[in-house]
Amino acid sequence: MPKIKYVEHNGKEHEVEVPAGWSVMEGAVKNLIPGIDADCGGACACATCHVYVDAAWIGKLPPKADMEETMLDFAQDLEPTSRLSCQIKVTPELDGLVVRTPKSQH
Amino acid sequence: MQQRIVIVGAGQAGAQAVATLRAEGFDGAITMVGDEPFAPYQRPPLSKAYLMGTMERERLFLKPESFYAQADCELILGVAATRIDRAGKTVTLNDGRSLAYDKLLLATGSRVRKVTCPGADLPGVHYLRDIADVDALRDVFAPGRRLAVVGGGYIGLEVAAVAVKRGLDVTVFEALDRLMARAVSPPVSAFYEQAHREAGVKLLLNTSVEGFEGRDRVEAVRAGGQLHPADIALVGIGILPNMELAKDAGLDCGDGIVVDLNAMCPADASVFAAGDCTRHIGREGVEIRLECVQNAIDQARHAALAMVGKPKPYREVPWFWSDQYDLKLQIAGLARPGDAIVVRGEPAARKFAAFHLRDGVVAAVEAVNAAPEYLVGRRLIADGASVTPQRLADTAIPMKNIV
Repeated sequence: MPKIKYVEHNGKEHEVEVPAGWSVMEGAVKNLIPGIDADCGGACACATCHVYVDAAWIGKLPPKADMEETMLDFAQDLEPTSRLSCQIKVTPELDGLVVRTPKSQH
Repeated sequence: MQQRIVIVGAGQAGAQAVATLRAEGFDGAITMVGDEPFAPYQRPPLSKAYLMGTMERERLFLKPESFYAQADCELILGVAATRIDRAGKTVTLNDGRSLAYDKLLLATGSRVRKVTCPGADLPGVHYLRDIADVDALRDVFAPGRRLAVVGGGYIGLEVAAVAVKRGLDVTVFEALDRLMARAVSPPVSAFYEQAHREAGVKLLLNTSVEGFEGRDRVEAVRAGGQLHPADIALVGIGILPNMELAKDAGLDCGDGIVVDLNAMCPADASVFAAGDCTRHIGREGVEIRLECVQNAIDQARHAALAMVGKPKPYREVPWFWSDQYDLKLQIAGLARPGDAIVVRGEPAARKFAAFHLRDGVVAAVEAVNAAPEYLVGRRLIADGASVTPQRLADTAIPMKNIV
């Protein structure tokens, strides 16, 4: 199972296994990783699952769809590697992915 | 002595309350009772990805099992609460147990409104509210089958969209003259009417269902004086708040359990309620009952805050969403008849928004595949911002710069 490393804003690291096919958001929520709210449960409707993808990984992710792009535009503290974690599907190729959570989702 | 909080109802609101109570430092005992055999799960995907079969059951659950263990929350599942004794501060369960509480949260949710017409009890007439409902529906969803959807609201239309994609022959019966009449404004209804027709769904508006007919199971729907053959019927005509427990305990109920801005029942400072089952004074000063995830989450959060002595009035802007085909409908705020409606963008491009202005102030936005309109709109509503109709309609001005 692919391993994903989530790094909290305060630096605390969590490395967990996430089944392929799930989203990076689900991997966080199902492993009780703080910092990802995902109020809408992954419907790309709330922009509360914002993460920063590690620079080494950003190029390996499929590009953002229009909806994610525009939703992200309104997230707080946007960075060049910002993504909505509900829109990143976990695949075997993403084994080792590192994402950081922002200070706040609201 | 250790404080005891009992939560009746193991849904979105109940789960949120547990999370907030612990996050806010509540260190007493928490017990959550739910009448379904499942820990709290998400209902929105039931009529979408779960029905389609693209999301497994395991993924519906809001929290992993370890969450409840870590939060030291006792889960009593598959058991219903039958009575509240407010004087003795106990809740009686249908397995004979009695739970003592210091504070009680009613997060009992809602149930489907059922049809009462002839044939309503025939096998093959389905409803959609919980996992078991969708499992039953999925078993009979097969290409070529004729599905009659009763009610052109969110549930009926989301099911219609999934069904037509799965190759079923779908007819929607709607008693009113437009789709989602209770939830969206006429321009949005008109857009969805066209989208469903283009996808191959037959829509019969102004058509009330008079009954279901069949020998051993549903074989036809009688509607508008005609008989329409059907193999399956799905009824989605709204929900009713589960408030009987509160009512029997002498708590004030209207169309929902009446609560104040701290989600407290005014007659009893030990009893709170959150989610679909409640009726509260909305941010516009009008009593409302909201049926949505946002209200379940936010109201439960406010209830939990009040329970731990950190009350904060509930004034969040309501938001809703619906997925049908490739169309994401996102709504913020509550529209009212009489609002001036400003359409921004082209419905024909499958990307537009309808803003509702009340006395020049943005009161609601309905956005179709239009995230900026939705997100900025939500902020404008929260701020009580005024924007001219001309600016709102001008797509040359990005939403970011609209004010």
